[in-house]
Amino acid sequence: MSNAHDHADSSPLLRTPLHALHVELGARMVPFGGYDMPVQYPKGIIAEHLHTRAAAGLFDVSHMGQAILAGPNVAAQLERLVPGELRDLAEHRTRYTQLLDDNGNILDDLMVTRLPPVKPGIERFFLVVNAGTKTADFAHIAARLPELELMPLADRALLALQGPQAVSVMARLFPGIEQMKFMSFGAADSKGGPIFITRSGYTGEDGFEISVQDSAAAAFARLLLDQPEVQPIGLGARDSLRLEAGLCLYGHDIDTTTTPIEAGLLWSISKRRRIEGGFPGDERVRLQIENGPPRKRIGLLPEGRAVAREGADITTPEGRIVGRVTSGGFSPSLGRPIAMGYVEQDFAKPGTPLALTVRNQHIPAIVTPMPFVPTNFYRG
Amino acid sequence: MSNIRYTKDHEYIRLDGDVGTVGITDYAQHQLGDVVFVELPSVGDAIVAGKQAAVVESVKAASEVYAPVSGEIVEVNSAIEAEPAVVNEDPVGKGWFVKLKITNPDEFAKLMDEDAYKAFVASMS
Repeated sequence: MSNAHDHADSSPLLRTPLHALHVELGARMVPFGGYDMPVQYPKGIIAEHLHTRAAAGLFDVSHMGQAILAGPNVAAQLERLVPGELRDLAEHRTRYTQLLDDNGNILDDLMVTRLPPVKPGIERFFLVVNAGTKTADFAHIAARLPELELMPLADRALLALQGPQAVSVMARLFPGIEQMKFMSFGAADSKGGPIFITRSGYTGEDGFEISVQDSAAAAFARLLLDQPEVQPIGLGARDSLRLEAGLCLYGHDIDTTTTPIEAGLLWSISKRRRIEGGFPGDERVRLQIENGPPRKRIGLLPEGRAVAREGADITTPEGRIVGRVTSGGFSPSLGRPIAMGYVEQDFAKPGTPLALTVRNQHIPAIVTPMPFVPTNFYRG
Repeated sequence: MSNIRYTKDHEYIRLDGDVGTVGITDYAQHQLGDVVFVELPSVGDAIVAGKQAAVVESVKAASEVYAPVSGEIVEVNSAIEAEPAVVNEDPVGKGWFVKLKITNPDEFAKLMDEDAYKAFVASMS
């Protein structure tokens, strides 16, 4: 049997503050984003995935980059780097956006939260960016916005508690937290220092992302794992959960060859920003909004059980290549394979019959709207 | 005397007369994680030792299953096509992949026996 899990990389891997806990829980560790991370625990990816959809799963996402950006007019300044609406973002509210390069291609995607000002005239934003890009992101922001102060929070871990029962778990520990709106932020004090909580996540479920100081992270994770609803979930299930939710994984579904419009992220650009622009590559993005992008990110439902993975060709039923799969896998919730990828605009309409090339076979597939599995965000 | 042999790629073959039952070992299924799809050859296919005999897909990746010995496929386990998780649950029992009529018994004799395979797996961790 061949081993497709080989990770030949000689650079030393970083460890999150929960590394010892993962090993203790029997996790299989793999390199991801420069870190030694748990891909699965003994129960396996499918069980972990289904548990998150049914109850609550705890994810270590400490490899992601956290920072505070502070100074005068941060919203207006940061809008020069991203197409998201930040000026209208209320205090304690969180928004998804993308750092763009000068051609409008995506350098990274990130979560941005407006914090209350510490003193008048000084705005503060809390940023969460991807692990593999965080060094470059922070260098880019610091270089483009030198008048602002960027403070990476290198001594903070990040945990995600996701699933329909995440809120009852959190309410047991933080009474009243069930009142938090989706995509909002709150801070709490604890013996281990201040905790930042956003009601957000990347699984398609209700849930919370919790930033705690490194020194307090393992104890807090154990406290969550002691709750009967909670099980530890690895990166394998994190990937299948976000794929079912139709969410992009940076470096796979979006990167410096894709614009937000091609990626189907127009919803994350407000009407004002579409009209006014003022972000890198705004003219190209505006033209793509007007005329349609040359290619689009789509969902695909392949026939049968063979899994079309990243890199598989997408063809017409006659075999002409019209695109490529950027994420593909087995959907535990649907019990069948699913995929997303980019195709030429003419083939992007839901219902279009296409085919996927897997081991030289052409597997029929239908373009389908995403998410593949309905999202369960809190809308109260 | 045991009639089961193993490859360094974690396939097993259990010989009964001149028919060998081929599958992946418990170590292999554990390394793969949840199996979600298997692609089997057709009855009558001739396969060559060390070449691809089947494909097994876990949630994370696709892997080739190599033929431990050369032979002709006489039976495939369609039960694991319908229910791939059986490969995880019972890899050396109900989770077998193919049966083949072996052409060269010497190829079988050269494979690792149970003790040699156990030592091989132990050396990997």
